[in-house]
Amino acid sequence: MKHMTRKATRHISQNEGLIFEKSSPGKAAWKLPPLDVPEVDTAKLLGKQERKDLGDMPEVSEIEIIRHFTRLSTWNYAIDLGMYPLGSCTMKYNPRVNEFVARVEGLANGHPYQAEKISQGALRIMKTLSDCLLEITGMDAITLQPAAGAHGELTGMLMVRAYHQSKGNARKKILIPDSAHGTNPATAATVGYAVENLKSNDCGMVDVAALAAQMNEDVAALMVTNPNTLGVFEQEIHKIAELMHAKGGLLYMDGANMNALVAKARPGDFGADVMHLNLHKTFSTPHGGGGPGSGPVAVKKILAPFLPTPVVVTKADGTLGFEYNRPQSVGRVRAFYGNFGMFIRALAYIFANGPDGLRQTTEDAVLNANYIRKGLEGVYDLPYSTPSMHEVVFSDKLQSKKGVKTMDLAKRLIDYGFHPYTTAFPLIVAGALMIEPTESEPKEELDLFIEAMKSIAEEVEEDPQFVLDAPHNTRISRLDETAAARKPVLRWKPEP
Amino acid sequence: MPYPTDRKYTKEHEWITADGMIGITHHAQGSLGDIVFVELPKVGTEITIGKSFGTVESVKAVSDLYAPVSGTVTGVNEALATAPEQVNKDAHGAWMVKIKVKDPSEMNALLSAPDYDKFVSEEAAH
Amino acid sequence: MRYLPKSPADRAAMLKAIGIHSVDDLFSPIPAEYRLTRDLDIPRQMAESEIVDWFKQRAKENGEGYTSFLGAGAYSHYRPVVIDALVQRGEFLTSYTPYQAEFAQGTLQAIFEFQTMISELTGMDLANASMYDGSTGAAEAVMMAVRITGRHSAAIARNLHPEYREVLNTYATHQAIPLKTVSFTDSGQIDLKELEKAVGDDTACVLIQSPNFFGTIEDVEAIAGIAHKRGALLVVSIAEAVSLGIVEPPRTADIVAMEAQSFGVPLGFGGPYCGVLATKEKFVRQMPGRLAGQTVDKNGKRGFVLTLATREQHIRREKATSNICTNQALVALMVNIFMTVYGKIGLRELAKQNLAKAAYAADQFSKHAEVLFAGAPRFNEFVVETSEDPYAINSRLLGHKIVGGFPLKKFYPELGHAALWCCTELTTRSMIDTAVGLVAESERSVRSMKDAEPEEVAR
Repeated sequence: MKHMTRKATRHISQNEGLIFEKSSPGKAAWKLPPLDVPEVDTAKLLGKQERKDLGDMPEVSEIEIIRHFTRLSTWNYAIDLGMYPLGSCTMKYNPRVNEFVARVEGLANGHPYQAEKISQGALRIMKTLSDCLLEITGMDAITLQPAAGAHGELTGMLMVRAYHQSKGNARKKILIPDSAHGTNPATAATVGYAVENLKSNDCGMVDVAALAAQMNEDVAALMVTNPNTLGVFEQEIHKIAELMHAKGGLLYMDGANMNALVAKARPGDFGADVMHLNLHKTFSTPHGGGGPGSGPVAVKKILAPFLPTPVVVTKADGTLGFEYNRPQSVGRVRAFYGNFGMFIRALAYIFANGPDGLRQTTEDAVLNANYIRKGLEGVYDLPYSTPSMHEVVFSDKLQSKKGVKTMDLAKRLIDYGFHPYTTAFPLIVAGALMIEPTESEPKEELDLFIEAMKSIAEEVEEDPQFVLDAPHNTRISRLDETAAARKPVLRWKPEP
Repeated sequence: MPYPTDRKYTKEHEWITADGMIGITHHAQGSLGDIVFVELPKVGTEITIGKSFGTVESVKAVSDLYAPVSGTVTGVNEALATAPEQVNKDAHGAWMVKIKVKDPSEMNALLSAPDYDKFVSEEAAH
Repeated sequence: MRYLPKSPADRAAMLKAIGIHSVDDLFSPIPAEYRLTRDLDIPRQMAESEIVDWFKQRAKENGEGYTSFLGAGAYSHYRPVVIDALVQRGEFLTSYTPYQAEFAQGTLQAIFEFQTMISELTGMDLANASMYDGSTGAAEAVMMAVRITGRHSAAIARNLHPEYREVLNTYATHQAIPLKTVSFTDSGQIDLKELEKAVGDDTACVLIQSPNFFGTIEDVEAIAGIAHKRGALLVVSIAEAVSLGIVEPPRTADIVAMEAQSFGVPLGFGGPYCGVLATKEKFVRQMPGRLAGQTVDKNGKRGFVLTLATREQHIRREKATSNICTNQALVALMVNIFMTVYGKIGLRELAKQNLAKAAYAADQFSKHAEVLFAGAPRFNEFVVETSEDPYAINSRLLGHKIVGGFPLKKFYPELGHAALWCCTELTTRSMIDTAVGLVAESERSVRSMKDAEPEEVAR
């Protein structure tokens, strides 16, 4: 290795095959209690519907299962191991008390159809979280039902459509800035709207003049992320909202970057009509290798009649209950009430912080991003000099002169013991390096990161091929994604 | 790369022969990178000039295939379903669909081989 | 604040390095009139012990210590302790979607094993990495069938989970997919004659559930025959995954939309759960959701990557197969570990116990009340019709710390006095006998009141 890395050292990790390769008949990790009712004749009960064989399902013992998954786990990087600077993903610390309280008996074992009388605890959690999120966003009403951010977007856009329909015209299209996350256009299309692109201005913000020109009575809403994917606060957001409202349109805010605003500014105050939150980003519920998420949608009063059913209400006797009779509702977007386990975790996070903690959290998140920006300015190209909030976007312009692209730099970062930043997004920056440190990083970790990024930039100058061949220290080198896509192997099969 | 003169070209980087075979150009396969899948219409499908009739996929991108002229699909290169890499290896040999051209005069507006070559080098200069 | 790793001196040093005096300067891009100058009106910062106390208090108000006969799409099965021991490892819990494959092989290999086991259990060629849940999975499966067939309507069984139908309605309305609902017969199964009539040349798919919402097993082969005859696909929703241990999987289906909650996922008041889609190989490029695939690295070593990403929103944007962005990775990992623990033999034995408990309970109930839909095989749920309103019975059962069956009136008005009961391996014989005893008592008292009525009228 050319440069010393202070954060990580090579370390033995165990090899491990697929669980099926460990299986052999007669091994077992299960034991059922003796049956206390009469045995049944399965053939008689099920007839031709009886299944005789479970094919290639594994047979292994408990210690093998523990070792198998523990070994696999050691091949992952994680927030628990260090900084995870994925832009727009908000990889912050996932507090362990969240996990603990989510597993308290009574909450973990509550059945969604048990009587309201014995569901007051769960309902209270939903109500308290709802109240907190409404105060944080400055909105009027909320649904917790959507299962993830994109699902929240879908719910929000359904409500936009229902709102316009109630006025007699669903309208035709949605405006989306070119810096937007891919889910925005996908969602608009799912709800049956055409998508019209909105160009960003030289500062990386929505071009208000262009918006004014494109806005008309066919436009149902503008979907805007604020701060946007460049980490830039849309300074003219109130003008944007006014432009939309003047022509009867709505302002949808993608709350993916809410970690820059909590306790410092409220979307409801600056004109958003509907927004989703990502509990797995801003409110510390774990990403878990890609889910589960949770995407509550908060709205202004005008959209409240369209919320999915059911909503939590306080009844005349002071107890809580679900209200199903909502004639203007967009309907259900998921069975039951949403990812309740995530509500518990998010609420525990809010309790642990309180108003002062949430404010300090946001300030630290923005401070961290700006500290990195300062540390790497000049080393990497900064395509937009507009002030950064919680994340900063560089480009590989300087390094690509040597043939080294953002993804190559990212792969080399792995050797330094860091997870890569977000590569090649947003699309308006060619070769983007999108870095979001979150509030969870101490100064020491940020310094190590800056040092690593500087060191990689030097390596690019000295020996670009070495960076192009990275990662050098992982269990496996770069994988052949082309082969994977041409001839997909999506499941294990026994050797013939 | 000399472009074959037995066919016409579009600014969207498709080629079409006089008898209605359609494919993408060598330049197009180069900028797409390793092609992993080609999605093509069924025989009998009507395709319309300038409109998408299928897609080519690389690992991380999807591109539409635009009809150079209007017509009806009479043949589909089934071999590409299992061997999409043929498009990378021999773009001008790996035809995708064959069509019965509706209006042969539409062919006149397409680019000739030298014009396409010029178009590609001008595009690269941008 | 205990989650924030900085001292005041650290913050001061960082501000100095940036070249500003106050952190407020960093918020200057937000117009002053929108900057919050007060504290948020939310509960004050709490100690960990206070947080734990607060939630334990809520748990006490939430049916803690009750015995339940509820199923209806959310099932109470034993969760082996190794599940939580493993999913709480930080490397699984606190990692991101495995886009950087070299640094996420653990998650990727686990997904690959999950896909394999789901394929094996459902009798399909392959499965995705998971979906939000069974309801959204079923809706996504219908939209997938629309894409595959180029047709625009769907026939839906009325005995599909009613909330799944509601979700599908929400999705279908805006995709302009008309839905025809097909009713059920006296056996609780879908009405095949009505289905024949409902399937036409524009039907993209038939969507059924088996075991269906009443716990009855459908004749999937016959239904597939009807669908395929008209060129429509068959989508089978499975809400009770444990049934796959003993019930023949829907091999003749084209898409299986499954809710895998039964496999080691806590009831958790309805979520997070684990939907998953499985299908035939030829349909894979129309399937939504993430997929892990096997490949090799530069040195020929086996490894796994997320593949066929071009189907997804971040590449196709408005043309994506779905706007879905996450899967339920950590929940899928619970499911994965559960399937591994029980495996080839255990899953069958587990399913057999469920079958036996439900058969015993149905038998006991039938001595005192009417067990509906007796004509068809069932798994671990059954419908009991009583003389008294099930809500009234249930509220009496609550007094004995028993949560009775799910009253069907809300979704099936014609089944006004019927309730859906569920027994799993966790339901003991004594619980069953107690519940049956209480229902029998109610039946006797209603009957004796009825017997007494004519006399009262005569007087």
